[in-house]
Order: sequence, then C-alpha cells, then structure tokens
Amino acid sequence: MTTDLLVKELVDKNGKCRNSLMPILQGIVQKEHYLSEEAMLAVARELDLSAADVYGTASFYTFLDTVPRGQNIIRVCKTITCHMKGKDEIVNAICNHLKIKVGETTHDKKYTLLTANCLGWCHKGPVMLVNDDVYPDLTPDKALEIIQTYGKEE
Amino acid sequence: MNKYLVNLKINNMPISVEEGTTILDAARQLNLRIPTLCHHPDLSVAGNCRVCVVEVKGARLLAASCATPVSEGMEVFTNSEKVRIARKHIVELLLTEHNADCTKCFKSGNCELQDLATEYRIGDHVFLDIVKPQSKIQDISSPSIVKDDSKCIRCQRCVRTCDELQGLTALAVTNKGDHQKISTFLNKPLNDVVCSTCGQCINRCPTGALTEHTNIEEVWNAIYDPSKFAVVQTAPATRIALGEDLGLTPGERVTGKMVSALKRLGFNKVLDTDFTADLTIMEEGTELLTRLKKILVEKDDSVKLPMMTSCSPGWIKFQEHMYPDLLENLSTCKSPQQMFGALAKTYYAEKINIKAQDMIVVSIMPCVAKKFECERSEMRDSGYQDVDFVLTTRELAMMIKQAGIDFNHIEEEHYDSILGESTGAAVIFGATGGVMEAALRTAYEIVTGREVPFTNLNIQPVRGMDGIKEASIKIKNVKPEWSFLEGVDLNVAIANGLANARKLMEKVKSGEANYHFIEIMGCPGGCLGGGGQPIPTSPEIRKKRAEAIYSEDANMPIRKSHENPEVVEVYEQFLGEPLGHKSHDLLHTHYRPRKRY
Repeated sequence: MTTDLLVKELVDKNGKCRNSLMPILQGIVQKEHYLSEEAMLAVARELDLSAADVYGTASFYTFLDTVPRGQNIIRVCKTITCHMKGKDEIVNAICNHLKIKVGETTHDKKYTLLTANCLGWCHKGPVMLVNDDVYPDLTPDKALEIIQTYGKEE
Repeated sequence: MNKYLVNLKINNMPISVEEGTTILDAARQLNLRIPTLCHHPDLSVAGNCRVCVVEVKGARLLAASCATPVSEGMEVFTNSEKVRIARKHIVELLLTEHNADCTKCFKSGNCELQDLATEYRIGDHVFLDIVKPQSKIQDISSPSIVKDDSKCIRCQRCVRTCDELQGLTALAVTNKGDHQKISTFLNKPLNDVVCSTCGQCINRCPTGALTEHTNIEEVWNAIYDPSKFAVVQTAPATRIALGEDLGLTPGERVTGKMVSALKRLGFNKVLDTDFTADLTIMEEGTELLTRLKKILVEKDDSVKLPMMTSCSPGWIKFQEHMYPDLLENLSTCKSPQQMFGALAKTYYAEKINIKAQDMIVVSIMPCVAKKFECERSEMRDSGYQDVDFVLTTRELAMMIKQAGIDFNHIEEEHYDSILGESTGAAVIFGATGGVMEAALRTAYEIVTGREVPFTNLNIQPVRGMDGIKEASIKIKNVKPEWSFLEGVDLNVAIANGLANARKLMEKVKSGEANYHFIEIMGCPGGCLGGGGQPIPTSPEIRKKRAEAIYSEDANMPIRKSHENPEVVEVYEQFLGEPLGHKSHDLLHTHYRPRKRY
C-alpha cells in the first residue's frame, strides 16, 4: 500500500480533527516503521495542519521515528539500574552480533538498535524492548536468542 | 457579565483588580515592573521562561506571574530574597544555552535578554556553557529572515506569532528536553518552507535568534560608489515609526527629518514610495471598475471578484502558498515599491539622463517581505532588477546612527522632485484600511464626479484595528458612462494579519461572503506594524502609529491620489492611461502557485 493510501485509510478510521494526529502517526509507524517526509506531508494535507506542526509532534515522541528504521526495533534500557546490572554487555553483544552500532539499522533492514530511558523494570534489569515486547533479566546469550526469534518471523 | 473585583496585596500595597487579571498585570497597575521574556501583549500566555516568577505567601513554589491569576487575599512579593535569587539563576541558566557573543550580534542594544543580564549584572557564568557548536550555523537562505538557533531561548514567541497572528505555523517546537528546538518542517531552510517572509517573528523575538537579512553594507557601497546614482524611496509607514529607534516616542511624525537624514547619508535623490502609492490607486481603482464593468455589463465570467489588493508582499506569498486557486482574484498591480523601481529605471532615468544600469534603487520599508519581493524574477521589467536593495526602518535608524547624525536636531527637508510628490491618500497605505480608503476616495469620484460622502474625506468605517472590517457604500447619481453602477452597494472587506486573512479567504471560498473588493495587509495593524518596524511592538504602540498616519493624512494639502500633479504628469508624458499598454508592461504582474504543505 502506498503511503498516501495508508494515510487516507488512517484518517478515515480516526477522523480529521487535531486529536487524530497521534493515532494516525502511530498507525503509520506501525506499518512503515518510521515517518517519512512523504508521510508527514500527507498527514498535514489530510488534517490541514502545517507540516512543521506535524513534524513538531512527531519529533517530540521517541516512539515516533522520523528516520528510517528496521522491521524490528530493539531498545535496551540505558538508565542507571540497568547500567549497574550490565546493560553495556548486552549492548556490546547485540552490536557484535548484528554488526551495527547503537542508532544504526542492519543492512537487511531487519533490526535497528537503540537505547531507551527507564522502562520501569529496574527490579529485573537489564531489560530490553523488542518492538512492543519487554524482556527482563537479560544475559548476553539470552538477548541474542530473543533477537533471533524475531529474525525468523519475517 | 459583571466582573468581580479581587482584593490582594503586592509588596504590601493593597490593590483591587478584576477577577481573572494576572499577577503581572496587577503589578503593572501599581507601576511595579516584573521582567518578562516569553510573555508578549500580542500573544497567548506561555509561562515557559520563568523570569517573571514572584513569591505568593503560603505557596510552596514561586509562581510565574504572567500565568497566575490573582485570588482574594493573595499576598505577593515581587522582589523578595527568594525571588531575586531565583530570577538571577533563571537568567544565568538561560545564558548557559545562549550564544552570548553580544558585541557581534545584530540585535545588540535592542535585546531583552541582554537587558536582563545587564540589569542583574550577570558576570562570569556560574553554570557551564552548553551552547551546541552546530547551532551556531545561521540559516541565511531567506532573503528576509535570518535564523540563528544558538541565540534562541525557546520562549516560543515566534511559534505563537506564526500560529496565532499569521496562521501559518512555519515554525514549530520540535524535539524535547535538551534537544528542543524551534524549527521548520524537517529543519529545512526557511526559504524552502511555507513562510510568508512577513517577519512578525522578528518583531517578537526577545533575542537575536530571528533578525532581518541585513543589506546595510551593500547600501553603503552603493552610496560611496561614484559610478552609481543612488536613489532612495521611503514607504508610508516608515515616517511615523523611524523616530522610535532614534530616541523619540511612538507616534511622532518624522517625515522631514527622515528626508534630511537620507540626504546627509549621501543618497543622490530622496524620493517617495507615496508617489507610487498614488499611482497604485489609479491603476488598482481602474482595475476594480474595469472588473465590475466586465462582470456586470459584458457578463464576462473570466474576470474574478472580489478583487484583492496586492501591495503586501507577505500577503502575496501567503496567498501563493495557501490559496493558489484564488490568485486570479489578486489585483495585477505591483506593489508601490515595485512600481517605483520600474518607473525609476525607465521614466525617471530618462528624465534625469542617467542610464538605468548606473542607477541603484534603495527602498526604506517597514517590511522584510519587501526584501524577498525585490528579488522576485517578476520584478525586472525595467530590464534590470527594479529595486536593488531594501532596508527596514530599523536598518535605516542604524545607518543614521553610524553616520553620526543628530536626528533630533536635524532640519526638516522636502522630498526631491519628480517622484517625490504625494497625497494624504498615499500615506494612509501604511495603516490597515488605508488602501481601501484611498481607493474609495478616487473610485467614488471617478464614478459619481463627487467626493466620497464622509466628513473631511475620512472614511471611518474602514479605519481601526479590528482584525476584519466590513463596509458597504451605496453608489448613487453616477455619471452616464457608469450607469451600470447606479444604486449598487459596493461591499468591501479589510483584514490585517494573515490569520485574519485566512478567515476571510475561507469565507470567500465558501461563497458565504459577497464582497467586491478586499484589502489585505499581511501584518497586524497594516504596514505600521510591519516586520521591519522598530521593536518592540504592541497594540498601544500600533494605535499611536495609526494616529500619526491619519494626522499626516489630515495635514496634507492634497488628499486624493488622482489629484497628485506628478501622477497626472506621468500619465500625460509617459504612461498614457491607467491600465494602458505601458502600465501593463511596467506596473502589472502575475503570481505563481506554491506548495501549501
């Protein structure tokens, strides 16, 4: 489906008012993994908002990406408890395995690796989020195992 | 609805104010000044800069006085120890994120943050300087506006201006936390986004983050170049505001002093945009009557009504972006600035025996959109760029200071001739409703042979600062050749500020409105509140400037454009008749659709 069609579908579903902006943006990210320039312009056109306004909202939210992302987004918690419980080893293991740095996307567009602020699982750190799923009590091996299950799904 | 009075004490002084008043406004009634940065009289309350904090007895935290309404029995302290320490820290913290390279800043000397830092004698930083080096790269893509993020304190006045007053939201708050930034769509250069170039954001920026794209040095070069003949024109609204940047109070008319100062700066000739404002009335008035005739008599539906004025380049660019389907409603007349440029390098150059390529035409404008307008490719009908450089009223004040001219004691002088004669109708172009009034004074007389039926030619219904004004004038006892207009109610509308223009355009598009003629000025109050006018601006300041404009009009010996002797002469000797062949070539233009999103 083209971006324009996707946006139209989401607007039909959520309505044209200002309040619909968030669910529409979330709907695009769900399908396309990020908000392209084309997508943001289409939303501005459909809701009759300025493009800067749409970009302002999109750029405020961490989970509304405005740069291309992979099919699966890994977010490792970087805050203090997870840091003390060894999040660096988790990050390094994933980096070595996927051959990317934090912030990058694999060549096959399957994975993007990011860090995240506190996920609220301090008692079971280190923790990571893959798409919408939380994985606590990680070890480097466990993390890699989990990631591989996502690769297979596609 | 009756407003209740609320009793409170500020710094132990009792005061009663209307319910809903903020602590800030209540304190002002007691002549107590509380500093502000994000607060602006033209805009909604934001409460984000915090410099206006005050102590409220019994409250745990300090309150932002601009965003806190008064309550019964409240006791407020505006200068307690707690307030002073907090406020100084707030200014210090703002400075940690601010490129405080003040001596090299274009806004130095007229910067609210600089003033506050001076007031609080902020010395060496107690906090770390965290200005991001990459933020120091200025966006100079727009011919009108320069954006420097390293000077931005994120007060968001510009964002509110663009949204609330101008209805465009070219600038938005993006990202968050320490990455927060005022940005265009995807950080694109200002010249590539939907920006009207009106410069209202500049007028409200408390720092040097938004300034005009200056042309002072180019103009000095032109003045000093012996091979160039430097001609300057001055817009109507400059003569009632220039004084504000040179030590005078708002509303003082400085026409003669300004002319004198321009001569002393070294311009070869000092001429008046008011002359081409009168010419605009001849062309635009005739265009309106011609459109009416084509529609009412010839039933020609290729002609569009309502006709809309085209003097304001910010409005034109807005319309090109936002309502490209209504471009044919715009008058084809160029703005007075551009008519002047086109005539200066043809008619005038010939008269004074100077080659057009040796002439430099400089404009003094209350506007930054004019800087964009003079570079448009449509504005080269003389064979050269018709207007070479545009300076704002503010830039002219800077040049006068640089030249060491004692503006307050300078003798008054007259504009040079020709292209220097004007009328009261021309000077009111500077206020919202002025073009309409000037057009009606002339058009009514052309059609009926009589003066407009208003005391002293003052058409009060089109005056005033309301965002949108409507009026209807009955045309009676017309001359035989205009018989088709007998008994017609001429419906007119006037809007100032682009947010109001947008409301009016929606009415036109929906067919809800039945206007014949619409005047739009891109800036609040019209040109007198333009993006190139002295800073600060407020409703009171604009009201004083408007009073000055109308008193300038009342004091002019001639007050109708068609009676300007130099206008009569230019038609006799050069142009032929309004909308004639030469006018068409030099004084009229067309517009182009631009992207809306």
